[in-house]
Amino acid sequence: MGTRWKDAAHLIRPAAVFILGLVLFAILRGTVVPPGFGLYGHYRAGALDENRMKPVRYAGQAVCADCHTGEVAARNAGSHRTVSCEACHGPAANHAEDPDKAKPPKPQIAALCTRCHEASTAKPAWFKQVATRQHYPGNSCESCHQPHSPKL
Amino acid sequence: MHTIPGVEGFMYPNEVELQWSILIVLYPYITGLVAGAFILASLERVFQVSAVKPTYRLALLTALAFLLVAPLPLQLHLGHPERSFEMYLTPHRSSAMAMFGFVYLWYLMVVLLAEIWLDYRADIVALAQSSKGALRWVYKALTLGSMNVSPAARRVDDRVGYIITVIGIPSAFLLHGYVGFIFGSVKANAWWSTPLMPIVFLFSAMVSGIAAVMLIYDASCRLQKRLVDMRCLDTIARYLFYVFLIDFSLEMLDLIHRIYEADESFRSLDFMVQTRLFTSQVVLQILLGTCLPLALLGLIQLRRFSGTVRRRLYVTAGWLTMIGIFAMRWNVVIGGQLFSKSYLGYTTYKLEFAAREGLLSSIGLMLLPLGILWVLVKLLPPWEERQAM
Repeated sequence: MGTRWKDAAHLIRPAAVFILGLVLFAILRGTVVPPGFGLYGHYRAGALDENRMKPVRYAGQAVCADCHTGEVAARNAGSHRTVSCEACHGPAANHAEDPDKAKPPKPQIAALCTRCHEASTAKPAWFKQVATRQHYPGNSCESCHQPHSPKL
Repeated sequence: MHTIPGVEGFMYPNEVELQWSILIVLYPYITGLVAGAFILASLERVFQVSAVKPTYRLALLTALAFLLVAPLPLQLHLGHPERSFEMYLTPHRSSAMAMFGFVYLWYLMVVLLAEIWLDYRADIVALAQSSKGALRWVYKALTLGSMNVSPAARRVDDRVGYIITVIGIPSAFLLHGYVGFIFGSVKANAWWSTPLMPIVFLFSAMVSGIAAVMLIYDASCRLQKRLVDMRCLDTIARYLFYVFLIDFSLEMLDLIHRIYEADESFRSLDFMVQTRLFTSQVVLQILLGTCLPLALLGLIQLRRFSGTVRRRLYVTAGWLTMIGIFAMRWNVVIGGQLFSKSYLGYTTYKLEFAAREGLLSSIGLMLLPLGILWVLVKLLPPWEERQAM
């Protein structure tokens, strides 16, 4: 029995290397995986609180309508009535907080309009779209269309 | 409406550009070589085919060299290779791709490294005693501190090695069957979604692995100007022929099934095979890569040829097989992304040259395992006369 064990003793060594690897892995895992991971799903539970702590950047449609009545009325009458103000003007919570201090930047018309209206075979036919290379090239969209109520 | 270059008919916007490039073609190709090489090695060990003994160790080292490179195409494709380790730290059990990491690790650590270590132990001990300098320390480290190579200890190694090979065969099947599973389980893609996919991948893996070891064995004999063991080469080629026949039958079965079933995707896929995939599927994969090598290998079984002619025919058949299996991976991965899920349009894959996912990096990735193999062969010579008995 003793000699048989001696002849198999060398197998302990790779097994020990393997177990050492597993132990190191377990230590590493315990150290680097953030606490709370997997509590609610396959993510770090603490991320929810961190996201909740972030300041709100959007004011919301109703807040815009409180002051900008003319623009909102024009928008409501046109085909952009379902597009919220901040979809084009960007997040405006700061502006709503202090209108004089923070002003939303003026939208870059050329990029803004084509974001939705550049022609693509993937878009449904009822959706207004133009190939800007052929559609009055060199002219700004707003020289003909008013963004708040774009119908000519 | 303006048309998009390379696009014919209607494509959904996220289908125009291919997401999976040539690197994803390499990945099943390389893992297939691993599985195939290992299965060839197991022929000698488990199924007692003594004729293939000269390639036993070479096949194991080939499997290891390619296995080390197997995850690299994925990492190059995804970017941020440092994040890949997170797959082990926080595994997502519902992701087949994440589970691959564990299959890979199991295969590398428990099967291949253990088997190679057990088989080479006597050689490593002998080399640790005979070599000098830094190499001596490398071999000493590889002995893991045990110098016991008595006949009784070697018998223990042999028995444990046998058990590991027996475990290794289903592991190799799992490793490559899984790659087919990844594609076969994409139910939205009619070109991929078939339960035959893992089986077809597995058999094509065996074909490519056996062909690769045959070519490497032949090339190593030429390079070292040693006499090739024709009995070994004949036996490998015979097994290649048998496995290839099964593989070909399975692929044809899949094809006939698709033609007979002719579901809503059939017209679109049929058109694709006859146009965009014609060269890579019909010419390269089926005619040059399957029918021709099968005919060559079959001819050798039927007629007598001299050793030199047989060797030349084996090398030709081997290379054609490697090209054919690569074309098969290409047609699966690239072909599956060329048609629209609306079955109304087709896009084009443009292979870049000197880019991260281009031809150059792919060639580099295919040469890398050969470089690793060269180092492994230098470190652990697989040739029979060096084996310490």
